Amino acid sequence: MESINKPLILSCSPHLHSRYTTEKAMRDVGLALIPAVAAAVFYFGFRALLVILVSIASAMAAEYACRRIMHRGNTLFDGSAILTGGLLAMCLPPGIPLWAAVLGSVSAIVIGKQVFGGLGQNIFNPAHIGRAILLASFPVYMTTWVPTVGSSVDAVTMATPLALLKAGAMDQLPSLWQMFVGQIPGSLGETSALALILGGLYLIYKGHVDWRIPASYLGTVFVLTALFGMIKGFGMAYPFMQLCSGGLMIGAFFMATDWVTSPITVRGRVIFGLGLGLLTSLIRLFGGLSEGVCYSILIMNILTPIIDRYTKGRIFGRAK
Amino acid sequence: MNYEKRTFSGGTHIQDFKEFTNSLETQEAKAPAKVYIPMSMHIGAPSKPLVAVGDLVKMGQKIGESQGFVSVPAHASVSGKVIGFKQLPVPNGRMADCVVIENDFKDEWLEGLIQPEQNPQALDAKEIGARVLEAGIVGMGGATFPSHVKYAPSKEGKKADHIILNGIECEPFLTADHRIMLERPERIIAGLKYMMKLADCPKGVIAIEENKMDAFELMIRLTEQDSTIETIVCKEKYPQGSEKQLINAVTGREVPPGGLPMDVNVIVNNVGTAAAVADAVEFRRPLIDRIVTLNGNGIVRPMNYRVRIGTLYKDLIEENGEVIGDIVKVISGGPMMGFAVYTMEIPVMKGTSGILVFNEESQVLKREEEGPCVRCARCVDACPMGLEPTTIVKAAKRRDWAKTKACDVTSCIECGSCAYVCPSMIPLVHYIRLAKQYVTSKDGNGAVNPFLV
Repeated sequence: MESINKPLILSCSPHLHSRYTTEKAMRDVGLALIPAVAAAVFYFGFRALLVILVSIASAMAAEYACRRIMHRGNTLFDGSAILTGGLLAMCLPPGIPLWAAVLGSVSAIVIGKQVFGGLGQNIFNPAHIGRAILLASFPVYMTTWVPTVGSSVDAVTMATPLALLKAGAMDQLPSLWQMFVGQIPGSLGETSALALILGGLYLIYKGHVDWRIPASYLGTVFVLTALFGMIKGFGMAYPFMQLCSGGLMIGAFFMATDWVTSPITVRGRVIFGLGLGLLTSLIRLFGGLSEGVCYSILIMNILTPIIDRYTKGRIFGRAK
Repeated sequence: MNYEKRTFSGGTHIQDFKEFTNSLETQEAKAPAKVYIPMSMHIGAPSKPLVAVGDLVKMGQKIGESQGFVSVPAHASVSGKVIGFKQLPVPNGRMADCVVIENDFKDEWLEGLIQPEQNPQALDAKEIGARVLEAGIVGMGGATFPSHVKYAPSKEGKKADHIILNGIECEPFLTADHRIMLERPERIIAGLKYMMKLADCPKGVIAIEENKMDAFELMIRLTEQDSTIETIVCKEKYPQGSEKQLINAVTGREVPPGGLPMDVNVIVNNVGTAAAVADAVEFRRPLIDRIVTLNGNGIVRPMNYRVRIGTLYKDLIEENGEVIGDIVKVISGGPMMGFAVYTMEIPVMKGTSGILVFNEESQVLKREEEGPCVRCARCVDACPMGLEPTTIVKAAKRRDWAKTKACDVTSCIECGSCAYVCPSMIPLVHYIRLAKQYVTSKDGNGAVNPFLV
């Protein structure tokens, strides 16, 4: 009975853990992106894969360099930098110069995340910070779209459905089905609504994502654009086209649901989604830009702390 | 049959690990050569020793007198000789004075005990209450609150309209309550009847979690003739067995923060306590033993034992057989709310429902390093009290005690659901306990606790 006289480990309860870790969650988000990545490669060819790989590699390099310079622990493999790089790439046009992708990734990691103190401390969605910086700095590169592989259109650059919707050029729009499956020009991961919904449903099923955020976001956009479409006489397909175009799907399922930058209360998440839907619709329908997802999410990110503050849950036993 | 399953909001699902012992009949553990009876096995004032070194004591003899109202007596769990007094650590980390009795292995009961009461139904509430106190009965679910206090008339004149017997046992691994419900159901029901009489309460409820359907169906069968007792089934969800959550599931009422079950006219007791009450009332049998689940990957034969109070963990583990591997962790109670202890020389007490012994190969206890909070809000969703554990812990980490107070840290029941689900492995309960220490200290700044300044 020698072995039972050794010192024992003391620790605070609970002594059991669900074994569910941040790394596993990150891996699942990566898995959920695979259909969208596959769609990007399918529609835009090898170039799409190159943009994704360059973005991820530069995000990881920036993460490593930041942690070294700040004398903090290495976080290269917690999955966060890989995801940020990947998500940013999904928001870039396939034809973007690779140096711009590098710049976007580095900005996302350095300005979007590490200056705040790293994972969990950032106020804004890092990938969208990267995108916003690129959009403000190189608007031409960021809005030069290439047609999908095998498309009959010969032009080197062409308008996205979103721009056509904005211009009210309803007759030049691709079919709703083409928009749904992703056979349209646009950013890498923004084109195939189908692939993004598949990934999003997987994340909801796994419990990473609260369905309330995508549901209230997409629902608000649908309602507002349907009203707008009715007034303008654009027909019933109009709100569906709004849902399937631009960065809305990837924004609703992958960006707005980012744990760090979305509210922690249940009611807060609904308000967050409603606010996103309202802002996106306003920008798309009345703003100077054709796309509003990125800025809506960044603006709602700012409001997250205040939403959390005013939507606290009721403490058990306190008056209802 | 289909029954409505009750539950509460919040909480989380936890693998229950009960399959090792839930079908094993309770075994009588050998009484050890020496027992160490702590003078404080309950919440409240420690009892005062009534014996001196050299005294001969019989089994069931009172060896510690209760001091004050919130206190109970302690009894000898073996017959033999008092050979000394010793300070031993108890699971909560404190030291307790113990009376050491050398066992003569005769198991002679003190005269007058274990005589069946001729007509127990004729006993009035006052006599029942006196016998419950005299038998040293405390809540056996783990909180060890003296039972007679729960049944004493409340100052505000509140009366219970529900007595709930807690047969939930939501802690993983533990099967002590499950076994007593299967093996001694009549005693539990008899105890409940005495409790109802004691509190002048018209309704008794036996609540069982759905992972113990055999016990539930047995209880349903035994109580269906009795219109004053209802047996209900609750969803398998942690922490269903927590007093506040159980009351909420059964009655829909919510105990206010800082309040007691009596504030909503309810008394809750563990099923094991009810069986002990029946034994105390009908046989004047003091509480000198209890069922303990012994399990963990360091244990050769996981088992439910009926163990004498005062048996050292070490003796019980040795009786079970050679341990497997190098033991690195021993938990007193369940893995969610139990205490890790630093030695096995700790006596089994009235609230010891389980002893879990783990060696270094245990996958169950493996923990990764703590990472930063990623605001996933899993802890917020899991908290059965509606708190925001992450907000409290962030404030505690920057020593903003006022903020933790504003976040209602004192409402935390320390069930551990938050830390269980946290993907960043943050020991939330640890920080919450720290914050509570500060918040509840006299000047709100932890000054009464020398370790906290």
